[in-house]
Amino acid sequence: MPTFVKFTIDGVVCMSEEGRQLVEAAVENGVFIPTLCNYPGIPPKGSCRICTVMINGRPVTACTTKVAEGMEIQNNIPELEEFRRAVVEILFAEGNHLCPSCEKSGFCELQALAYRYRMTVPEFPYMFPNRDVESWHPKIMKDHNRCILCKRCIRGIHNSEGKPIFDFGKRGDKLVINIDSETSKNISDELAQKAMDMCPVGAILKKEKGFDVPIGKRRYDLAPIGTEIEK
Amino acid sequence: MGNTVSNVIKKYNGDETRLMDILMDIQSELGYLSDWTIEQIAKALDVPKVSVEQTVSFYHFFTKEPRGKYTIYLNNGALAFFHGRDEVAQAFEEAAGCKFGSVTKDGLIGLFDTACIGMSDQEPAAIINEEVFTCLSPEKAMAIIAGMRAGKTVDEIKGAKFGDGQNSNPLIQSMVNNNIMKRGEVVFADYKPGSGIKKAVGMSSNEIIQLVKSSYVRGRGGAGFPTGMKWEVAKKAHGDVKYIFCNADEGEPGTFKDRVILTEFPYLVFEGMAVAGYAVGAKYGILYLRNEYRYLRKYLENILEQMRDENLLGTFIGGKQGFNFDIKIQFGAGAYVCGEESALIESAEGKRGEPRDRPPFPVEKGYLQKPTVVNNVETLCSVVRILINGSEWYNKLGTKESKGTKVISVSGDCAKPGIYEIEWGFTVNDILKMVEASDTQAVQVGGPSGSCIAPNEFPRELSYEDLATGGSLIIIGRKRDLLKDVVLNFTEFFRDESCGSCVPCRALSGMSKVILERIIEGRGTEKDVASFNKWHSIMRKNRCGLGQTALNPIVTTIKNFPEIYKNKIKGKDDRFCPSFDLEKAVADYDAATAEAR
Repeated sequence: MPTFVKFTIDGVVCMSEEGRQLVEAAVENGVFIPTLCNYPGIPPKGSCRICTVMINGRPVTACTTKVAEGMEIQNNIPELEEFRRAVVEILFAEGNHLCPSCEKSGFCELQALAYRYRMTVPEFPYMFPNRDVESWHPKIMKDHNRCILCKRCIRGIHNSEGKPIFDFGKRGDKLVINIDSETSKNISDELAQKAMDMCPVGAILKKEKGFDVPIGKRRYDLAPIGTEIEK
Repeated sequence: MGNTVSNVIKKYNGDETRLMDILMDIQSELGYLSDWTIEQIAKALDVPKVSVEQTVSFYHFFTKEPRGKYTIYLNNGALAFFHGRDEVAQAFEEAAGCKFGSVTKDGLIGLFDTACIGMSDQEPAAIINEEVFTCLSPEKAMAIIAGMRAGKTVDEIKGAKFGDGQNSNPLIQSMVNNNIMKRGEVVFADYKPGSGIKKAVGMSSNEIIQLVKSSYVRGRGGAGFPTGMKWEVAKKAHGDVKYIFCNADEGEPGTFKDRVILTEFPYLVFEGMAVAGYAVGAKYGILYLRNEYRYLRKYLENILEQMRDENLLGTFIGGKQGFNFDIKIQFGAGAYVCGEESALIESAEGKRGEPRDRPPFPVEKGYLQKPTVVNNVETLCSVVRILINGSEWYNKLGTKESKGTKVISVSGDCAKPGIYEIEWGFTVNDILKMVEASDTQAVQVGGPSGSCIAPNEFPRELSYEDLATGGSLIIIGRKRDLLKDVVLNFTEFFRDESCGSCVPCRALSGMSKVILERIIEGRGTEKDVASFNKWHSIMRKNRCGLGQTALNPIVTTIKNFPEIYKNKIKGKDDRFCPSFDLEKAVADYDAATAEAR
């Protein structure tokens, strides 16, 4: 029998199974905590920091925190909303994001969060990095301009033998996600599609397909991000 | 070449967690790690190439291209520039005939930048094929290159004049100097090898932990966590195997105390590790040593061998049943962030040095997911002394909340840079007097991740309750351009050393450099300065200490030297756009139209 625990988010009493990931526990209680690097079913790695909440006055990432009895969580407070908007802006300024021509437009979580936080002009300096587009892999295309280095593909995509296809290269502001040309060679269409769907932005694209949902009917045209959770 | 790969991998039993050692050994034999070599390593370990590449490309000292028969890594930290780095670099470039970041056409000499190599009191300094060259001058640089051209070995070029203390030991023979200027009672007191272990075997593990707790000794790496408490948690943690790490990845620019301790008191450090192992029930110890200190390798390995001979390591240590402990040395490969304990563990497991999420803490799940204690070099020394002299003795030293002594690395604009072991509670002024500093503009306390303080704060005392420090003071004289010579250098350092995982750290450290340069060039605005404080609060939400403190050089100088920033932005009106460089834009336009004509 699972044990249930009581905790509060912004003063509202919530309930969930003990040890449940805070992001998921919040969803169960109708509370949206934004995420970018987190993805259901793969191990969390609090790296985008956007799901940061305050517990006992300390900032912690909700994706790496498990709920416990009596936890008092602050989520929807000005300091954190301001921080989250900043993370979105930083990601836009750090890479080269051209939404109007992107295949993932309307499905992109970064774009959707930018709308949610009403981003206009980022206050951060555009870095205009010189990044590659890898088009030579048989099933997928990797556009590093749009990559936000969330590590979802590294953690979540493995070939039929269970070997990773993606991994980090370099470090700091030169950090990049590399594709293994050997393990990526014989991947199935399904895995390529899974990689594209898992990517929160348009950095991993399945080849030979795109723009197949008309504007107006795309995921976030229908419902802004978070609204499916918030009651 | 294929043989080298398979031999080395065989040596490490094909264990991919030993990837750091594997890469290091192969590189030292082949000179570099080519794409082909990486592919062979991946095949032999049965992992994707991209996973090997991940580790290779993370560390500064691994290279995918040849870096020359002689590879010169010249420190580009602020302290090197204080003492003439520009002239030395120029001399190297002119004599070698290639620029920094490249190799001569004949492949003989490579010139590369590197972050602080722990020689701040004898700069400019460089590492040449694992040997350290200190106090460089343009003349010495030219002589070094001439020696290389004449085909001399690095040992021959280095000459036979060695540094003080054990630096002249036949197994070290380095020109590095210890410069121990003040010896205290805890670390730099006389020590009879074996006495720590002798004392330990007469006590139970619980007694040791209680003693360490009652001494109130705290971690000396900077974070200041109570050591006894850490050991107690590790002892209680469930795990068939436990590990003791000694963190000797001393990468904070301006800090070099651990190098001197390891040179002069290796027994104290290793015995401290053994005692920690005895106390928490760990059989294995790993000294994680930064690659910059590789010149100490033979010496330290020999000490470990001696300790095994003397029954201070191995099984039945000191004749005590159940006291089994041994130590190996794990080298880093050039990454400041690996000084963070969980990144250090990741690195020791053969991966990129990316800090882990906590919880779980290393004391619960650390190296290879087993309970692991990570202690600083100086902490382990202190514990051995406490064992021998008791906690009452220790508690008499220092202040109310900071017991014992602190070893401080002093560098910069003063007459007597070097190592000072002081009791906690000394003021900055006391130290400035001791090191004979005059005309001091600022003091960087605790390295770039600490704070830069102005003279009005010099009466403050060094202690956990007032000015905490992991161990360094950089003295900045009035002749320095604080923003350009110090703050900008430190900001670049943090940009280069970020692991890149957390968004704010990865992006804001580079963006801050852009804005800071703008301010230095006189094109900054009040808004730019104000935004730094806002960005700092964003950075505080990064995962690790590096990311959380990466803007400290900027925000602490904004706080303590507001007039410097004010003067830089004076007369700049926020209604216009001073960041726009009109002259440059017009020049670009002129050039473009001239071409068109």
